[in-house]
Amino acid sequence: MSGDNEETQTAGETSADQREVPDKVVNPEKSEEAKLKSKYPNLGNKPGGSDLLRKRLQKGQKYFDSGDYNMAKAKIKNKQLPTAAPEKTEITGDHIPTLQDLPQRKPSLVASKLAG
Amino acid sequence: MAGAGGGTSDVQWCFSQVKGAIDDDVAEADIISTVEFNHSGELLATGDKGGRVVIFQQEPESKNQPQCRGEYNVYSTFQSHEPEFDYLKSLEIEEKINKIRWLPQNAAQFLLSTNDKTIKLWKISERDKRPEGYNLKEEDGRYRDLNTVTTLRVPIFRPMDLMVEASPRRVFANAHTYHINSISVNSDCETYLSADDLRINLWNLEITDRSFNIVDIKPANMEELTEVITAAEFHPNQCNTFVYSSSKGTIRLCDMRASALCDKHAKQFEEPEDPNNRSFFSEIISSISDVKFSHSGRYMMTRDYLSVKIWDLNMESRPVETYQVHEYLRSKLCSLYENDCIFDKFECCWNGNDSVVMTGSYNNFFRMFDRVYRQDVTLEASRENSKPRSVLKPRKVSTGGKRKKDEISVDSLDFNKKILHTAWHPLDNIIAVATTNNLYIFQEKLN
Repeated sequence: MSGDNEETQTAGETSADQREVPDKVVNPEKSEEAKLKSKYPNLGNKPGGSDLLRKRLQKGQKYFDSGDYNMAKAKIKNKQLPTAAPEKTEITGDHIPTLQDLPQRKPSLVASKLAG
Repeated sequence: MAGAGGGTSDVQWCFSQVKGAIDDDVAEADIISTVEFNHSGELLATGDKGGRVVIFQQEPESKNQPQCRGEYNVYSTFQSHEPEFDYLKSLEIEEKINKIRWLPQNAAQFLLSTNDKTIKLWKISERDKRPEGYNLKEEDGRYRDLNTVTTLRVPIFRPMDLMVEASPRRVFANAHTYHINSISVNSDCETYLSADDLRINLWNLEITDRSFNIVDIKPANMEELTEVITAAEFHPNQCNTFVYSSSKGTIRLCDMRASALCDKHAKQFEEPEDPNNRSFFSEIISSISDVKFSHSGRYMMTRDYLSVKIWDLNMESRPVETYQVHEYLRSKLCSLYENDCIFDKFECCWNGNDSVVMTGSYNNFFRMFDRVYRQDVTLEASRENSKPRSVLKPRKVSTGGKRKKDEISVDSLDFNKKILHTAWHPLDNIIAVATTNNLYIFQEKLN
């Protein structure tokens, strides 16, 4: 019925139609890569490498230092404490999390809606 | 032509049930994170991001409606995991249920459920009788003064309304530094494995205070980290064999008889890549998000971002079959990288006799590939197609310039509507498909 099934050796094949079109469309992946590099010129050349993987391994990491927090509280007696900016680009050392930033998560006491 | 796919060329799928709320505003806790039938197919378990498990039970077929197989209704629901904060490591531990695996059936039902760090064994048992007739207590429950008790009365078990209880029988904790992505029960029914990004551990179901490390791919220097473990599974009938897949697109098969630490694989399955075709995205889209043995144990299936591959365990050099799930996304990789969709982890599953495989896609589409009849079909799980027993119409995504009527263009696809988790009944043509927060059950149309 459909031409989607293949028994092929390479995973990167494009459909028959696209092979006849000029070079720049032959490999859509490469043109997508060019698009990405033009948007983010500082993108490293090791895409699947350490950085990406280490970010994955560090999921869930939240830094909280009670010493920093208490010192900040003491220094800024009358002012408001710095609140966390919910950005992914924050530098750990420069940013003092507050108690509000830590997850105050209670377990779900509400039943799942699938069981409703 | 229309409607083909799944089992034989004549199978048509129809809507049976949908579970979950209709509202568009989805609470994070309600996001379904795993779906699994038990070994008989009578029970269907789901896990969600809120750490809850809901189990549905198939009603026995009624004589009134022989065309319909039994409906699935709620059997039990419980809170399996709760959010934790590891103060020592400053690590937030999500309660999201990553995987549920059922144990082979006994008198009671047992399942393993896991979040990122802890695996739990739950016993689901029924109680339909209760002892009555004690003469030792007053009405309000206080014990009577024994001097007033002059007769011996033995309590009798009397029927009561069915009560289904879930109780945690084992907690397997503190064995994983990294995030658990898989659990798999061994065919010996005594052991199971749990896999995180860098290590795989072997447990005995009875013993919670120790586990054996059987795979460790952590490099001495973390700067040299090049790949992580993405999924692992035991062979369905060879209790010494398991496989694990990686973020680089390789699958390694290990034999536990060879050595205690299975760092050296017995077989490595990898498809050679044309170096001219290599791009920035190649490695990311080759990352395997799921690996599943066929029921026969002869084949295994892997899912990477754009395709499903079937491997013969006797041939490591390349897959025997490759099915394109949504090849039209290859020219959208730039934006899929920017919105993180390129990292979505789709699962895949076999039907009961290994003739058809199924996997999800975007826009609430899911795909079935019939290996015997060489046909495939795209179906959609949506509330619009949810009239009881209405037949699902095949969907088509238009890739060229000309869009036919009823086709949807690639740019109109909703990438927030992803079907990551699907399950196929082990014996019948009944499938469970999870959208973000709803569970759809479809059945083969019976005449």
